[in-house]
Amino acid sequence: MVLVLVETQKGKFRKPAFELVTYGYQTAQVLGTECAALVLGTAEGAEELGKYGASKVYHVQDSSLDTMDSQVYAAVASQAASQLGAKVVVINHSSTGKSLLGRLAVRLNAGSVAGVNGLPVLEGGVFKVKKPAFSGKAISEYEVTSDAKVLSLMGNSFQPKVVGGPVAVEKLDIDVPAGRVVSREMKRVEGVTPLPEAELVVSGGRGLKGPENWGILEDLAEAIGATTACSRPVADADWRPHHEHVGQTGIAIRPNLYIAIGISGAIQHLAGVNNSQTIVVINKDPEAPFFKAADYGVVGDLFEVVPRLTEALRKFKAEQAG
Amino acid sequence: MKILVCVSKTPETTARIAFTNGNTEFDSSGVQFIMNPYDEWYALVRAIELQEAHGGTVTIINVGPAENDTVIRKGLAIGADEAVRVDVSPRSALYVAKQIAEYAREQQFDIIFAGKETIDHNGSEVGAMVAEYLDMPFISFATTLSLEGERATISREIEGGEEVQEVNLPFVVSAAKGMAEQRIPNMRGIMMAKKKPLNVIPPVPFEDLAVATSYTLPPAKTAVKLVSPDNMDELVRLLHEEAKVI
Repeated sequence: MVLVLVETQKGKFRKPAFELVTYGYQTAQVLGTECAALVLGTAEGAEELGKYGASKVYHVQDSSLDTMDSQVYAAVASQAASQLGAKVVVINHSSTGKSLLGRLAVRLNAGSVAGVNGLPVLEGGVFKVKKPAFSGKAISEYEVTSDAKVLSLMGNSFQPKVVGGPVAVEKLDIDVPAGRVVSREMKRVEGVTPLPEAELVVSGGRGLKGPENWGILEDLAEAIGATTACSRPVADADWRPHHEHVGQTGIAIRPNLYIAIGISGAIQHLAGVNNSQTIVVINKDPEAPFFKAADYGVVGDLFEVVPRLTEALRKFKAEQAG
Repeated sequence: MKILVCVSKTPETTARIAFTNGNTEFDSSGVQFIMNPYDEWYALVRAIELQEAHGGTVTIINVGPAENDTVIRKGLAIGADEAVRVDVSPRSALYVAKQIAEYAREQQFDIIFAGKETIDHNGSEVGAMVAEYLDMPFISFATTLSLEGERATISREIEGGEEVQEVNLPFVVSAAKGMAEQRIPNMRGIMMAKKKPLNVIPPVPFEDLAVATSYTLPPAKTAVKLVSPDNMDELVRLLHEEAKVI
């Protein structure tokens, strides 16, 4: 069995959860087995995970699991995997998943691959799976030789696919150990898709000249429902909050569309965004290195180009809607 | 207070990435190696700051061959008190974590630092693995860490925000940007580093369970398509019809 450990946020499932079940379902098909989902803590609508291919949903309903302590989560998830006889456990490559993957590997005596972006294959009985490495500049293929295996799935690399209907949710009786980490506060920007999960991202650099000029970028983001991001100098200067910083020392993202505005494209910035499906670069300097990594480029004054692009996108959206 | 900092050696951030031996090994010819930035800038420097404020010792551990000593000496020059190198070329995160955990188990550290991830394998696994081997709490992607007696308050990066957590010593923590400011070793530090202990110990036997066996480079980007700044309708058309992203 392939067991996917599905995360919730405030008791609700979000897109990464459905991506994960889709990946688990397709992995199970490769391995000739079935996929089940494991849900921890308060959750609404767990039966819906069946739509994406979970043949069963197991729920450990204990409110102490509403905050994540990796030690507790790993204890519960590994017990569930053993109890259910799951040989492959898959989680999201998220802040929660990354905290858990290593622990599960140790507990289950499992080979682990962090941040996979493709389905595993069986070649002559050997389990192989690929993941991006060297900050997106290469792809590594791993061979996992252990009986148990744990994988974390890179965000936005598998799109959710409906393959069935809701399934029964079964309560799983597992002793939840007491945690040693106390969660004091969660500060999240509400109403915006977090960067690691965003399909569309609009990002600004020093070329915007100051935080007071971010309005044109926010207008553009709003026109297409994109999440805003920024380069390192912008975050370092506190023009924008640190959680918006993408790049080597910030976060790595892989949206469908990345629009880089006034960012020169230092190699450290590219390391965080070069797995984006499509990159648009707007910069007045035709020599900006970012153009070499771009699919589409606009050489021009961003203060003129960006509002024009916003306008064009609004017109397009209106036509689409009409 | 005893602090352990797990450090890794990685290619320098702008290094050309290529592979050799039938694409089974990283091609290190002409590549400069550095201490993994998250380990150096954030984990190590914060560990040294804590030692400066609360006393105790900072030990660096690296699992790798003798050529890693240059990187380890740099850590000593920045301010760590001593270093340990497990003398083996590791092939997996689990192997590295096992070696670190076996050493740390004897030493009873109060805090074990790791970087948030290495910039070559991007796994973010070793910290959690060490914590599990030692049955210690683990807090990942820490951006601030303050200590009052036995109690630490830590903020960590989460998707679209941050979480504040509290935990008692001992614990394992992985460090992200924000934890500390990079320190450049000064001449005195470099001289002193030469006299600081760097103990080389043998690995404990351990079998790898998952190993990277081959590498490929992503397909080369096709040349950028330039769109006139006066024709944003054209860009929108391309994004819709060609790239199919809107």
